[in-house]
Amino acid sequence: MNRLSTFALAASLTAALSGPALAQDAMGGDAMAATEKCYGVALAGANDCAAGPGTTCAGTSTIDYQGNAWKAVPAGTCETMMIEGDRMGSLEPLDRDLPMAS
Amino acid sequence: MSFDRLPARPGLGLKPQHYAQIIADKPELGFFEVHAENYMGEGGPPHRYLGAICEHYPLSLHGVGLSIGGQNALDQEHLQRLRRLVDQYRPESFSEHLAWSSHDEGYFNDLLPVPYTSETLHRVANHVDQVQQVLGRRMLLENPSTYVLFAESTIDEVDFLDAIVRRTGCGLLLDVNNVMVSAVNHRLDPHAYIDRFPIEHVGEIHLAGYDETTDEAGERLLIDAHGSRVRPDVFALYRHTIARTGALPTLIEWDNNVPGFDVLMDEVRLVDDVLAGTAEQRLAS
Amino acid sequence: MTSQRQFTTALIDPGRPVPQGLVSPRGTPDAKRFAVYRNNVHVSLVEAVAARFPVTRQLVGEEFFTGMARVYVGENKPQSPVMLHYGDSFPDFVAGFPPASTVPYLADVARLEAAWSDAYNAADHATLQVAELGAVPPQLLAEVILQLAPPTRFLRSRFPVGTIWSAHQARPVVIPAVKGGECVLLTRPAADVRVTVIPSADLAFLEFVQQGKSLSEAAEAVLTSFPDFDPGAALVGLAGLGAFAVSQAGASK
Repeated sequence: MNRLSTFALAASLTAALSGPALAQDAMGGDAMAATEKCYGVALAGANDCAAGPGTTCAGTSTIDYQGNAWKAVPAGTCETMMIEGDRMGSLEPLDRDLPMAS
Repeated sequence: MSFDRLPARPGLGLKPQHYAQIIADKPELGFFEVHAENYMGEGGPPHRYLGAICEHYPLSLHGVGLSIGGQNALDQEHLQRLRRLVDQYRPESFSEHLAWSSHDEGYFNDLLPVPYTSETLHRVANHVDQVQQVLGRRMLLENPSTYVLFAESTIDEVDFLDAIVRRTGCGLLLDVNNVMVSAVNHRLDPHAYIDRFPIEHVGEIHLAGYDETTDEAGERLLIDAHGSRVRPDVFALYRHTIARTGALPTLIEWDNNVPGFDVLMDEVRLVDDVLAGTAEQRLAS
Repeated sequence: MTSQRQFTTALIDPGRPVPQGLVSPRGTPDAKRFAVYRNNVHVSLVEAVAARFPVTRQLVGEEFFTGMARVYVGENKPQSPVMLHYGDSFPDFVAGFPPASTVPYLADVARLEAAWSDAYNAADHATLQVAELGAVPPQLLAEVILQLAPPTRFLRSRFPVGTIWSAHQARPVVIPAVKGGECVLLTRPAADVRVTVIPSADLAFLEFVQQGKSLSEAAEAVLTSFPDFDPGAALVGLAGLGAFAVSQAGASK
């Protein structure tokens, strides 16, 4: 077994914890410096307005256009985006979608 | 903060887009109301905000998913979720609808109508009994807005509600917009409905805006849309109601196309004027 | 008598007539009146899906999204009055929806959005702070088994879904020139959900930790595929984002 030595792991952690911007903040409990050192600034996020689906006790006068023979084509922001995917370094085969952690 | 009951003042439905503003500004309001089911997530910002808002305002917990009018047995798991929420937030009021929303196929996210017969009366009364037993408190049952009638119905809606109250000891939530919607849809007199309503059991009033369309015969069909200001005829009916009942906790429901908080507060001021008018009348008499 | 079974059968199948016994005040069936209930159900459920997947909706536009969500709603009714989880299966539905195949990243963006609301509503739990990690005696560190915090979610995509998602949080939507896959981590370090693109190796590390491996076992497993993996940096970074829970029991073997 090629066991990662306790020493190597501890040394790696110590090194990560003692980065110049990090030592003081991390030990003081501020996670921001630790995060940004490793990953950069987090993506801009949604906020409280995006609480997701809720219940309703109201009706609606919006008409639900029935029938499954709709012929819409995608016509939102995807039209202006040139997105390329790729095969990233992964432990898993990429020809399938990976399950989400639960 | 703890309160014995909802105050006889205007209240608003709590919407996530207004959380921050409410906590910052602490607007003058009698209470907030939330749909119980929207706070059945395990944690996160909704609970954090609701907890903070409950420190300053009385809370009305309004269930929409219990399906009290359902033919099937009550969902015991859901009833336990409600009990946990009631235990956690100790709301000043808990209310649900005279309607059903679940059947074998699932949950429909709409309040569906119940025929008024001795059989359904017995079933609804049993369900209300169960809810009150599990929650350990009195609940309010809300009159519905409906778009169809059941040929099999043999009991008038007001008599049906009155019978449920007498059998279970529950209270009533009088939705004045629902009264107008159902009365117009079924060619009934909304004032007569209010005048026959057992007002001594009313614990809360709801107001909302309706939309309007027509049925196949081209006759007016009102839809309980909660997406606009309270319509003038409903407001007049509310004045008529309050003149009979005296001041009662009154909620403005605005669930679709939710406007800015200032628009909601305009509606609140209109309700406040009506309630203040009753107080003045009382002092004068 | 109109049973609730008859009512629901007609409710969810617009091809059926108004159930017998439902009438207008004229005493006759009225399709427009019953249609109000059909509308209420279908429109409110489509709106519930739209509320959980706002970026997916923007990507394909309202008309396409509504048509797609309508088909989903037709096949999938909520199984609980707690609507917070409605749409859990929507990303898989999108992946298998032929008209959406021209937008190959759509299902993964929907996965990110489903994960976002899961993280938003997950249980509150104290997260392991970087300082607490630093306080573990070095000789014990290798054997430590960490638990993920309840809100922690992650996904791996062949597309830059984190960047796509993030670009749609601002107006106007401007997509930076990116290509390639992204690994996205969602956490709730304090009050709100944070979305971060992390290295593939760090996500692999998180997966092994989730499986219950000790820190040294997880690090070894990652190193077999990513020789340059730096477990210390990953631990500090992931803990800094609040990915791990504070655990009383089982913090070390």
